[in-house]
Amino acid sequence: MQVLQIPGRAALSMLAEIGRLSIFIGQALFWLVRPPWYGRQILRQMIDIGYYSLPVVGLTTMFSGMVIALQSYTGTERFSAEGETSVATVVVLIITRELGPVLAGLMVAGRIGAAMAAEIGTMRVTDQIDALDTLSTRPMQYLIAPRVIAGTICLPFLVLIGDIIGVFGGYVIAIYQLGFSPSVYLSGTMEFLEAFDVIIGLIKAAVFGFVVAIMGCYFGYHSGRGAEGVGRATTNAVVYSAILILIFDFMITGFAFVR
Amino acid sequence: MNDIKIKIRNLRKSFGSKHVLQGIDLDVPNGQSVAIIGASGTGKSVLLKCILGLIKPDSGSVMVEDIETVGASRRTREDVLRKFGMLFQGGALFDSLPVWENIMFRYRQKNSMSTAELRLIAKETLADVLLEERVLDLYPAELSGGMQKRVGLARAIADKPGILFFDEPTSGLDPITSGVINRLIRNAVDRLGATAMTISHDMNSVRQIADYVAMIHDGHIIWQGSVKEMDVVDHPVVHQFVNGLPTGPLTKYAESI
Repeated sequence: MQVLQIPGRAALSMLAEIGRLSIFIGQALFWLVRPPWYGRQILRQMIDIGYYSLPVVGLTTMFSGMVIALQSYTGTERFSAEGETSVATVVVLIITRELGPVLAGLMVAGRIGAAMAAEIGTMRVTDQIDALDTLSTRPMQYLIAPRVIAGTICLPFLVLIGDIIGVFGGYVIAIYQLGFSPSVYLSGTMEFLEAFDVIIGLIKAAVFGFVVAIMGCYFGYHSGRGAEGVGRATTNAVVYSAILILIFDFMITGFAFVR
Repeated sequence: MNDIKIKIRNLRKSFGSKHVLQGIDLDVPNGQSVAIIGASGTGKSVLLKCILGLIKPDSGSVMVEDIETVGASRRTREDVLRKFGMLFQGGALFDSLPVWENIMFRYRQKNSMSTAELRLIAKETLADVLLEERVLDLYPAELSGGMQKRVGLARAIADKPGILFFDEPTSGLDPITSGVINRLIRNAVDRLGATAMTISHDMNSVRQIADYVAMIHDGHIIWQGSVKEMDVVDHPVVHQFVNGLPTGPLTKYAESI
């Protein structure tokens, strides 16, 4: 029977964690829609998440667009597909449907999810969250809701800009390295792209933004004492955000594109 | 008004198998300054957080101005919390806000005032804790430990609460700064006519701040009395603690747990 104790304990612990997370998400959603809304906090978070993440998301998607252009060109050459159109189509579809939202989500998880967990975790261990409570301010409303709102709103905008930069990266490689015609490449980009592709990419981004903000806040809010506790919260926020982003990406892709 | 501001009855709190509070009974008289003393890890801060509702007690009763707070609704708890000002052990200032916004944090939520008006009140409150106007725009990370405590005190008294709590107000400070903080606290309590509760194991601090003292040990209040009585008490545990003696029942207790 002792053999069963360890997996049993792990399963119970996992269920308890899922329960805590579910309650936390429920509370966050509850306070999300109730006044007062802290406009300055939301704005501050939007600048942190949106504006300051732009360089890292832009660079990532640009180089991804470049790599996809190169890879699809060398790949399509093997079966003599029509190079210019297929490269342009592959780049734009992969960027808008898949890599734009996923890469932006992962980059924001690393940059913002970690920062949220560290900031809120530090507030927890230095009694700042208790201080909020004693100053008649609900921590869920003041700390969590603005971050979740900002994450969910900002990531789609980041992804939209990232999509454009990624496609531009593919364009640069196609025109200046592979010697394609700009007009043919651009028409190949637009010909097979549907609004649905972009919209699903943006929906993915909103979900990933929500996930990153919730995980950063959750692990920070429940951070253990001391520097070790905050460090663990930060690591967990990034790891679980990344895993959930990939799981939700699979689910949304399956739901939206596979009939 | 009732003579007892805070009434605690049979308050219990455990963390796993560790029974921290095992039936605390305590009355905090209106307008009096009470110090809770006791060795590290005896549950002083847990008691304070249970009174504030930051930690949910397992059982018992906490009445603040005859309002039961244990198991109370969120609205009731928030109404009760508005009566409190709290100075946390490390100051607990909000890192992302400058000093004046820290001080005015609760005040600005209750009153719609311009920034200039809020800054003026913050400046006056800073003067109460002997800090200059130039501190207003500094961030907590730019302040020394003593200044952080003073800003924390300013935040606690900014909207003139009727009850003030101080958690280890002099921990980590040099003796001179500790003396200044003690004097500021006593002055603030007297000026506001507030009921105060201080958690401390700094006996100098207790003598300067408190009117009454209660000692917590092994999850119980084992002794209560005036500051003068504290110095002549014959209770062996209190005697050892107050005089900082290296041997005695507290030493044996610490070794046994």
